[in-house]
Amino acid sequence: MIVVDRIGKSFGANVVLDDFSLTVAKGEVVCIIGPSGSGKSTALRCINGLESYDSGNITIDGVRVSRDEPSIHAIRSETGMVFQRFNLFPHRTAVENVMEGPVHVKRIPRAEARARAVALLEKVGLAHRIDAYPDRLSGGQQQRVAIARALAMQPKVMLFDEPTSALDPELVGDVLKVMLTLAREGMTMIVVTHEIGFAAEVAHRVLFLDHGKVLEQGPPGQILRDPRHERTRDFLQRVLRPAA
Amino acid sequence: MPVLARFLADARDFLPILLQGCVVTIQLTLAALVLSTLLGFVWALMRLSPSALLRWPAATFVTVIRGIPIIVQLFYMYFVLPELGIQLNAFQAGFIGLGIAYSAYQAENFRAGIEAVEHGQIEAAQSLGMRPAVVMRRVILPQAIRVFLPPYGNTMIMMLKDSSIASAITVAELTRGGQLIAASTFKNMTVFTLVALLYLTMSLPLTFFARWLERKFGRK
Repeated sequence: MIVVDRIGKSFGANVVLDDFSLTVAKGEVVCIIGPSGSGKSTALRCINGLESYDSGNITIDGVRVSRDEPSIHAIRSETGMVFQRFNLFPHRTAVENVMEGPVHVKRIPRAEARARAVALLEKVGLAHRIDAYPDRLSGGQQQRVAIARALAMQPKVMLFDEPTSALDPELVGDVLKVMLTLAREGMTMIVVTHEIGFAAEVAHRVLFLDHGKVLEQGPPGQILRDPRHERTRDFLQRVLRPAA
Repeated sequence: MPVLARFLADARDFLPILLQGCVVTIQLTLAALVLSTLLGFVWALMRLSPSALLRWPAATFVTVIRGIPIIVQLFYMYFVLPELGIQLNAFQAGFIGLGIAYSAYQAENFRAGIEAVEHGQIEAAQSLGMRPAVVMRRVILPQAIRVFLPPYGNTMIMMLKDSSIASAITVAELTRGGQLIAASTFKNMTVFTLVALLYLTMSLPLTFFARWLERKFGRK
C-alpha cells in the first residue's frame, strides 16, 4: 500500500536519508526507532509530503507523493498525521478541531461532521471535554484530540511522529492506549517512537534507523530482544536503562 | 467682550464650514483605510511568497514607499501624474496617495502577524489536506489577527491625523477648511483650536475602538 523506494535527502553536506526504503501493507503497524538525528521524523514527514526528498520514489496506493504536485492535497487528506507537539488549532475547541478537516476539506455538512467528531472524541476518552479549548487541556488530552482530528478524515494510514515524546510520563499511557486500540482495529500505522514497550506489544515490524539508513528490520521479538547490530543493541540499552 | 464669548460666537460662524471639512476627512480616511488594508495585505502575501519574483517587487515597493514623505507622494499623485496623462481629482489623488503610503506600514503589520503563527499550525492544516487558500483563511489569519489588530487600531488613528496632509493638494478636508477661514478672518487662535478639537473628537471613538480590539484579540 505504501512503498518508499530508496529515497535520499540531504541538507547541504548533511545526509539525512540515504537509500531509505520501506513497504507497508494494509493493516500493518510499523514502528521506526533510532537515535535522534537518524532521520526517522524526516522519513515519516516525506510520506505525506511535509518534507521533500531528493531522489527515489514514494507511492501510496500507486499514487506518487510529491509535495509540489497538486495531487498532494488529496494524498494528505487520506493520510493522518499526529505530531510530537500536537499542533492543535488554538483558536478552536476540541470538537471544532476535529470538525475542521471534514468540513473544510471534504465539505461534509457541519451537523454530520459534528456528530462524527463527538463520536471520535468519545472514542479517545474525551467526551467530557468536547467544548474545551486546547490551552485548557493537558498534553495527553491534546494529543488524543489530535489523533481524533486525524481520524476524522478517515485516513488510509496514520503517521505518528514521536506522539508521546512531549508528554509528562503519567500521561503517556492514555495516548498509547488509544493507539493500541487503533492498531487492534486494523488501522495501517507508521509510528516513530521511543516507546520500546509499545513497539514490542503492537508493532508487526520494527525498523532501526541509523544515519538515514535502515540498519535492520524485522518482527519486534527479534529486533528488540535479539538485535544483530552492535548499534541497535547500544541504542536499546540506552533507551531502556532509565525505565529499568 | 470676554474672550470665551467671542470664541463661542466665532465658533458658531465657523463650525458649519469646518464640519463639512470633517465629513471629507472621514471619507478620505475611510477610503484610504480600505485601500491601504487591501494593498497592504497583497504586499504582505507577496513578501511571504516562496517565489522571489513576487517577494522582490513587494519588498522594494515597501522600502521605497516608506522612505518618501507622504506629502511628496501626494504631490506626485496630484501634480506629476497629469503630466503622464493620468488625471485624478484632489480627493482621488488624496485617498489613493494616502492608501498607497499607508499600505507599506499595513504590509509590515500583516506580515508580522502572519509570521507569528507557528509553523506547526501550517503543517497540521496541510496534513489534513487543506489547500493554501484554506490554510490561510481557516488557520493562519484567525491567529495572525490577534497580532496585527492592536497595531491596526493605532494605524487608523494615525491615518485620521495624516489625512490632513491632503490639504496640501487642495482636498477640502478639515485642515484645509481651517486654513481658508483663518486666511480670510485672521482668527487663527479660534480656527485652529476648533480644528484641533474636531480632530481630537473624531479620534476618540477610534481610540476606544482600538482599545476594544486590543482587549478582544490581544493575548488571553
